[in-house]
Amino acid sequence: MAHQIYPAIADGILGGGVYALMAVGLTLIFGVLDIINVAQGILVIVGGYLSYVLSVHLHIDLFLGLLITIPAMFVLGLVIHTAVIRPLRGSERTSMSLLACFAVAIILEGALYWIFGPNVVTLKASYINSSFALGGFYINDIYVYCFILALALVAAIYLLLYRSRFGRGVRATMQDATAARLIGIDVNRVAAITFGIGVAVTAAGGMAYGATSGGFNPNSGYDLISRLLAIIILGGLGSIGGALVAAVFMITVESLVDIWSPNWAIVVFYAALVIVLTVRPSGLFGRKAVRAQ
Amino acid sequence: MTAELRTEGISKAFGGVHALDDCSLTVAEGSITGLIGPNGSGKTTLFNIMTGYERPDSGAVYLAGQNITGASAQKVFGLGMGRTFQLTRIFPRLTLLENMLVAAKPSRERGGLLARAGGTVDRRRARELLEFTGIDQYANALAGTLSYGQRKLLELATVLAADPAIVLLDEPAGGVNPSLIQTIAARIRDLNARGTTFLIVEHNMEFVMGLCHQVTVLDYGTVVAAGPPEIISTDPRVLDAYLGAALDDEPSPDGADA
Amino acid sequence: MTSSAVRSPAHRAAGAPGHRTLLTSAGLVVLLAVFAIFPLVYSNPLATTYGFDALIFIAAASAWNIFSGYSGYLSLGHAVFFGSGMYTVAIGAQDWHLTGDAVFALLPLAAVVAAAVAVPVGLVALRVRRHTFVVITIAIFFIFQLMAFNFSFTGGTSGIDAPILNWAPGTYNDPFYYLAMVIAAVTLALSWLIRRSRFGLHLRAIRDDEDRARSLGVHPMRVKLGALVVSALITGLVGGLWYYFIGAVHPQSAFDPLFDLQLALMGFFGGLGTVFGPALGALILEPVQQWLTVQFTNDYLSEILLGAVFLLVILFLPRGVIPTLGERITAWRSRARDRSVSETTADGGAAPEAAPPDLTAPGTSAGAPASRTAGRREGTPS
Repeated sequence: MAHQIYPAIADGILGGGVYALMAVGLTLIFGVLDIINVAQGILVIVGGYLSYVLSVHLHIDLFLGLLITIPAMFVLGLVIHTAVIRPLRGSERTSMSLLACFAVAIILEGALYWIFGPNVVTLKASYINSSFALGGFYINDIYVYCFILALALVAAIYLLLYRSRFGRGVRATMQDATAARLIGIDVNRVAAITFGIGVAVTAAGGMAYGATSGGFNPNSGYDLISRLLAIIILGGLGSIGGALVAAVFMITVESLVDIWSPNWAIVVFYAALVIVLTVRPSGLFGRKAVRAQ
Repeated sequence: MTAELRTEGISKAFGGVHALDDCSLTVAEGSITGLIGPNGSGKTTLFNIMTGYERPDSGAVYLAGQNITGASAQKVFGLGMGRTFQLTRIFPRLTLLENMLVAAKPSRERGGLLARAGGTVDRRRARELLEFTGIDQYANALAGTLSYGQRKLLELATVLAADPAIVLLDEPAGGVNPSLIQTIAARIRDLNARGTTFLIVEHNMEFVMGLCHQVTVLDYGTVVAAGPPEIISTDPRVLDAYLGAALDDEPSPDGADA
Repeated sequence: MTSSAVRSPAHRAAGAPGHRTLLTSAGLVVLLAVFAIFPLVYSNPLATTYGFDALIFIAAASAWNIFSGYSGYLSLGHAVFFGSGMYTVAIGAQDWHLTGDAVFALLPLAAVVAAAVAVPVGLVALRVRRHTFVVITIAIFFIFQLMAFNFSFTGGTSGIDAPILNWAPGTYNDPFYYLAMVIAAVTLALSWLIRRSRFGLHLRAIRDDEDRARSLGVHPMRVKLGALVVSALITGLVGGLWYYFIGAVHPQSAFDPLFDLQLALMGFFGGLGTVFGPALGALILEPVQQWLTVQFTNDYLSEILLGAVFLLVILFLPRGVIPTLGERITAWRSRARDRSVSETTADGGAAPEAAPPDLTAPGTSAGAPASRTAGRREGTPS
């Protein structure tokens, strides 16, 4: 068994890093805007297709292409926020924005199907199939590269949040939007930019997902969003550290169960979520009480 | 049913901040008891603990001799203790009459589970209470259309619908215009004369001193004084802890009171 | 005349009850008659298929509304109950070798199984706050879809085909149509009864303010779970009928995220938490969607359009057709009334406090509350 377990743990940690990056975007959006962006899954796939177009048609390297796709996704995030999220008002805003994001996801999914069709596409690069040996096991280079990319971006977000003026505004808004407004923070601007950043990470997430998962199609968005939602709920909504730990934990668990039965790995993933929530309704690291009663 | 409400050594901390520290007080049956203290002295937290919204870290709550510590809010209500909230809470998308019927017991009339909410008796009582509080002309309007003061009256009326033995009011006069304050005070006196016990948190000293039989003063989560209003209003500790502070810092009607 | 003027705010919000009830019931009788006659007039199978689809969604959207509309807890996982109903009939017919009309006997079982599924689902999902709840329903939905793919008794990816009915092709749809009509009518009647009952009142109180409801003796878990079970019961029944009509079940058609979105869309479009809103939404949107699919013969385009319609509804008609129309009519009526009685309201000062501006201004009867409470946070006060 050991010869299977160690690589599975390595896969889980490396893959967990990529999920952590995507989940941080999602939980950041929740923390600041109090909405759950259920379009995050399909946005990752949009990011994946962008990388696909750049690499296959324009022969731009996957990692280099991020310099184009990250700003592009940031702008898409701003557009979605301005057109769909910001106009929503009133006490039902949270539920409405969730449904609005769902509608955006449906539109994007339909558009991707229309443009690219249902066939699975794969990202290609010289380093995708190469691997190196470590302690008797082989690890794919691309997993390591993507893990490093994810770490770098999470670190960048961390620095932005804790070492910049903008970050202070974000953190103040996360704690209490009304109080933040009273001390002169432009909450609307903070919300727009946060949404942009939350969506921008899907460019890198999509590339990493496409390069490590062995292919994707527009339908992959559902698979992604359900995992991401499970991760951020488990980590405690709005908790960035929680999202990081939960991502690595969940993907490692899935990767381990996969040894025994690939079909049930993903079910175990959700079952873990349900069990944890039954015991601790606020998630593993939730700060806010989320119990209904 | 007796309605003596008693707490013994209640302590509660939020993230290291002691909201309540060994807090013991008694609300005598049939009394109107005032609970005063500066902002942040723990009044609302004590209310939440008494009515099942929060659990104390230690200590116990007794209602009519029965230990109700940690009972759910709906259970506490079933035992005859009703409450209002500091930030007035009504059901804005229900009509006033529907608001009144939420607390009604299951109807004994035919129709079982799907019978219309509130039997004839409940509806009559709801009407009477709306009349009693002077808002019955809006009985079929949505509660969200009421003014702030009228919402306070509605909130009080809904609590009374189930005939509680004791009612906890969180700032009933806060943000309400003076003529309506008189109405509210008069209604509380009427109800008290019919046997309902009251515990009232209020910043309006005139209101408290004119209405209450007993006043308990809370400071830093502990009871610093208790007694009849005329004694309390001259107690130097109270002046120091509360009235002095109140002069410096006029409490706002909906100021945070953790 | 004078007394009615004093009481006018009340009447403005609720309308004259007796009059309205009569009008509504007359309208419903006519509508029911139209539905009953429809297959006789338009007997071609395409028309009755459209009719059947619309009726199925009238029932399903109304059932969804009994839970989500009344309680305010939006479920995006109702396909779990729909799919459970489909698989119950499929597996039952297969294992017990039922054929022909006998399969219809499995419909009550489909309802019961879906209701039984709702109990553990509700016990887990209803423990959390509203927006977490939505997400949990999505997660549970995926668990069910994955289980349908992975279990052997569901037939996995290939699913289960329904027994063939050797009914006459010309009138093949009719029994399905009329059964769906009965289910839709009963669901609407049930929805109406629930809304006005103590149970429904408690649900709506929870929707407005769950914590406050608790302080008035409402047991939120009991009430919410009860509504979810009733809702699942009907959804499962409809799923069972749908399976037999479609003739096959697959994991992705039984547990279809678009189904959840459609129910929510119909509810929002017609008016969340109203008795007839979701039915109206289904009646309008389902045929439109079918038509779009046929018109463009491009599933992707109709998917994009569905999403776009949903977005437009949320952005421009967030409270739905029925409440918005109702407000317009109320505003128009009260304006007319104000003109006619403006002089006679002088003795309206019986109230301890003069009527607030919002009560005398027409057209704000239901619009104000939402924004009023916007600042209040959910969860326990602390």
